[in-house]
Amino acid sequence: MTSPPVVRKAVARVVTLGPGFGFLTVFLLVPLALVLSYTVFRRGRFGGIVYQPTGENFTRLADPLYLDVVAGSVKIAALTTVLALLLGYPTAYMIARLPGRWRVIALVAVVLPFWTNFLIRTYAWIVLLNSQGPVNSALKALGLGPVELLYTDGAIVAGLLYAYLPLMILPLYSAIERLDPQLREASANLGARPARTFWSVTLPLSLPGVLTGCVFVFVPSLGNFVIPELLGGGRRIMVGNLIRDQFLKARDYPFGSVLALAVIAVLVLLLFAQAWASRRAGRDAS
Amino acid sequence: MNHMTGTTTTTSLISIDGVSRRFGDVTALDSVSLDIRQGEFFALLGPSGCGKTTLLRILAGFEEPDTGSVRLDGADLLAVPAHRRPVNLMFQSYALFPHMSVEKNVAYGLEREKLPREEIRKRVSEVLETVGLAAHARRRPHQLSGGQRQRVALARAIVKRPRLLLLDEPLSALDKKVRAEMQLELKRLQHEVGITFVVVTHDQEEAMSLADRIAVMQGGRVEQLDAPVALYDRPRTPFVADFIGANNLFPGTVTAKGLEAGGLGVLPAPADLAADFPVGARALLAVRPERVRLGAGELRGTVVDVSFYGGTSHVALSVPGHEGHVLVATQGPARVETGAEVQLGWNAADASLIPVSERGDRSV
Repeated sequence: MTSPPVVRKAVARVVTLGPGFGFLTVFLLVPLALVLSYTVFRRGRFGGIVYQPTGENFTRLADPLYLDVVAGSVKIAALTTVLALLLGYPTAYMIARLPGRWRVIALVAVVLPFWTNFLIRTYAWIVLLNSQGPVNSALKALGLGPVELLYTDGAIVAGLLYAYLPLMILPLYSAIERLDPQLREASANLGARPARTFWSVTLPLSLPGVLTGCVFVFVPSLGNFVIPELLGGGRRIMVGNLIRDQFLKARDYPFGSVLALAVIAVLVLLLFAQAWASRRAGRDAS
Repeated sequence: MNHMTGTTTTTSLISIDGVSRRFGDVTALDSVSLDIRQGEFFALLGPSGCGKTTLLRILAGFEEPDTGSVRLDGADLLAVPAHRRPVNLMFQSYALFPHMSVEKNVAYGLEREKLPREEIRKRVSEVLETVGLAAHARRRPHQLSGGQRQRVALARAIVKRPRLLLLDEPLSALDKKVRAEMQLELKRLQHEVGITFVVVTHDQEEAMSLADRIAVMQGGRVEQLDAPVALYDRPRTPFVADFIGANNLFPGTVTAKGLEAGGLGVLPAPADLAADFPVGARALLAVRPERVRLGAGELRGTVVDVSFYGGTSHVALSVPGHEGHVLVATQGPARVETGAEVQLGWNAADASLIPVSERGDRSV
């Protein structure tokens, strides 16, 4: 006996979509709802939540102490993003122009570091940058050092850059690789030098990739708390550290939730801006 | 820009001499030499892979030959980088900049010449007027039809007033009606602006209808360079005879009386035979379908098909001893029916005789 098509269709939907939706509901939507609900209650004296509505978690956000942390985090994430763009664009451009087989090899090389544990790679930077490390030894030999490299903002940026550069290169590569090579030829044919062709044709048309790459680097850089701690030595507190400390050290769930919500709001806005700009650019390119 | 008005059209603008280009094992161009005259409409015609596109890319500066020279007005063109050549190309795909409006696309080349803003604006609006797109200046390429995009591509190339305009398959992407329109427009424009045009195409009708002279290319070589009528009436290689228009081809051996074509006997061939062909030489006799007469002649065949096209009719005949069909084109409706047995023949002067090279026939 066969069941009617409507029932079969419904069963098929539950079977295919069910597990994924179920997982996301339990492990993403429910925690998110919890975090959201915490924001309007008071903290308990020894942690936990007291279910008394209040708005003071939000007003605390305006405290200069926390605004400084946010501003500092944005500064470091933005610097990381700009450097990643400056390093990543030429790399992606060259990879897109390699012959087919070399292109694959280059792309594998770009993602190769992901095969090693993130923490191990970050520890490697400590070894590199510490006062007795190879970089300082080299500087000493040249009579330029030692310089304090580790536990600086510079070390944090270097670590973030190292971790997230592939996330810049890959979307840039796919945007540049898609460009019709005849557009470059047309530009040259009309009298443009290679540099002019780049500024007037290649760069504007690869802008969707630039935006995607920037969001991909900026977002995790802003939220990262491991690298600031390991390479920044805890001297620089970023939003990620602050949120973690509110939950795990201060046990102030409501304020931690407000901070988390603020970061999520900024990121959602960024994603919307990126989607809007990409659609605009994509419409022209089609 | 100096316009060479009043100069004779026989002045050579481009001299291509012994140009060869190989890509790995493939010989794209095999010692090509030809001259393109000042002010003419020139066509490079051939099937895909014949080398015409490589030659075009060499002229534009996107590709360099392995050997040989290319001169423009006597000066070495190969020494000039692509962006400094007075040569503009209309791409087959148009290659319009998608992020720029029509007028920005057209102005792009003039901005690179650092012309005064006022002059750029004037020339852009003039050329958009010429191609009939003045009303669409602010549109983006994706808002235009195929025919309109092509006009933008053309305007963008001619606004630079190049010495040489290259057109890569200019009509291939257009539907039939727009094609005919554009064809007329290209010719009008070429007369109007007086620029030397070189069109690259695989479509013989396109080449025949547009060009003053055509170089038929095959396997990286120029098979024949001639005016369209000469190319049609007097093909000089088997490839050209087969590639240009419909043709009836009979392989055979030259005798004192004509061409001895195997089972068909001796076929009528032009009288000046002995001058060019020694008796006993292998040759190909070519007769156009419209030159074949039905009802009288040396051959006998059976009508296998009659197609009526209004102005003309095409008759296909099966002639014993000849592979494939003999095609005949007649004015108006055909006076024969399928299955009928008819005599057929032609005037000796209407046929052409083509040498078959000893190293083997490459094409037919």
